[in-house]
Amino acid sequence: MSAHRQTNSEPAYNFAYLDEQTKRMIRRAILKAIAIPGYQVPFASREMPMPYGWGTGGVQVTAAILGSEDTLKVIDQGADDTTNAVSIRAFFAKTAGVAVTTATEDATIIQTRHRIPEAALQGHQVLVYQVPIPEPLRFLEPRETETRTMHALAEYGLMHVKLYEDIARHGHIATTYDYPVHVAGRYVMDPSPIPKFDNPKMNDCAALQLFGAGREKRIYAIPPHTQVVSLDFEDHPFEATKFEHPCALCGATMSYLDEVVTDDKGGRMFVCSDTDFCEGRRAAGHHGHLYGGETLSKEAAE
Amino acid sequence: MSAPLLIADNLAKFYGARTGCRDVSFTLDAGEVLAIVGESGSGKTTLLNLLSGRLAPDEGTTSYQMRDGETRDLASLSEAERRYLARTDWGFVHQDAAQGLRMNVSAGGNIGERLMGIGDRHYGNIRAVAEDWLKRVEIDPSRIDDRPTAYSGGMRQRLQIARNLVTAPRLVFMDEPTGGLDVSVQARLLDLIRGLVADLGLAVVLVTHDLAVARLLSHRVLVMKNGEVIESGLTDRVLDDPQAPYTQLLVSSVLAA
Repeated sequence: MSAHRQTNSEPAYNFAYLDEQTKRMIRRAILKAIAIPGYQVPFASREMPMPYGWGTGGVQVTAAILGSEDTLKVIDQGADDTTNAVSIRAFFAKTAGVAVTTATEDATIIQTRHRIPEAALQGHQVLVYQVPIPEPLRFLEPRETETRTMHALAEYGLMHVKLYEDIARHGHIATTYDYPVHVAGRYVMDPSPIPKFDNPKMNDCAALQLFGAGREKRIYAIPPHTQVVSLDFEDHPFEATKFEHPCALCGATMSYLDEVVTDDKGGRMFVCSDTDFCEGRRAAGHHGHLYGGETLSKEAAE
Repeated sequence: MSAPLLIADNLAKFYGARTGCRDVSFTLDAGEVLAIVGESGSGKTTLLNLLSGRLAPDEGTTSYQMRDGETRDLASLSEAERRYLARTDWGFVHQDAAQGLRMNVSAGGNIGERLMGIGDRHYGNIRAVAEDWLKRVEIDPSRIDDRPTAYSGGMRQRLQIARNLVTAPRLVFMDEPTGGLDVSVQARLLDLIRGLVADLGLAVVLVTHDLAVARLLSHRVLVMKNGEVIESGLTDRVLDDPQAPYTQLLVSSVLAA
């Protein structure tokens, strides 16, 4: 993950698109973020050749840490074959000439939108999240000056007001994604819109987790093996989402499932949102009740 | 007599060349209600903000006897201590309830916020306390999950009071708590405040331009004009036998019902 000038990428670009001074600035923000787990470090976010909301923060973080020997995987909602994932993967294949993969265990850097891969991450891997709104207190306290003070003084009662409202209105904590977490006993952090199913995976994770918010100009991080606790009440403890069905294709019972509508007569199927995980299980001979023998997305890697 | 709860010593605040208030000194004992009266622009609200640590004085000090019995200068507290004090041992009732409440959070959440802020993490307990406080301020507990936007002006003001009193503060600042309410609602609110103050032994600093409110609630009165205190004393004495010409004018301009 060191800076490399040129490999076999197009000569019109510096390695990984951003110029070296910009990468240096982003790396400094990343180092600071790692030093203070969960703290939102401001950085001078650049215009990227994609619209805000498409992962400009994550792309800048990835560009800053990418080296020529790295292998990159990009997922969007768990899938390797969606527009956002395909185009970001193609972007770095073109501007940095790095190897790309869809296999979680082969990747050294995984950029993600809205999911954490099912396979347990290793110490040599880095997970880069695309973050739309980094401030967990935003919707309760719109003043940025006030939320910064609250972070500085660790005044997090307001976060529980949000959960209280959930229980008062729905009888249980109805927040299912973007579920706030307490990092290393200090900062309350927005985990980006991952499902709360993935929250337990952040705790004591072997991989470094980096969060980039391009429009909001913030970077934050969870170093490896850091305690990450989902907020809850004593009488309403945190519960990860559970599914009633196994995956229709691979039969997995412990993965996060997407609901896919299959016809206009109410037909639907539940399949793993992590396509690589699902394909791996099918290749290993696990099959769900709708498995037809074909593989869905072999061309995703290209 | 124990040490006073709040001591204002020679407070002054200037807005450029203009005077917000100056030369204000008084002490407030536990359980005492002090009214600050005067016309608009006389420096009442500036003084209230100086006393409650929301503004830093240009001259003088405000000291407060903390729960551990030690009297400390507010300027010497760290921001964390000051904010903790303001949400546990103090209350602040705004004239406009929208400023003091979270309008997009239910009544129960509004009352529970201070409890969660000091570390209460049991939903059932928080809710039980919120229901209890709604009853005490005469709001039907079945409306606990309604947002303040669905409440009338008088109910919002009562909810604001409940939200402030839930941590059993010893001192409450009130800025025109009955302003903008019609007279019957005002009377009911005053009655409620008087009952709560007596029951809980609260000390109150009350800013009002309404002398009737001052007479009903307060033990002592400060009369302000142009940023200075021109007369002070027991409420009945000041209102029945005003000494300063301005106070005489103020008292004589009250409309008789």
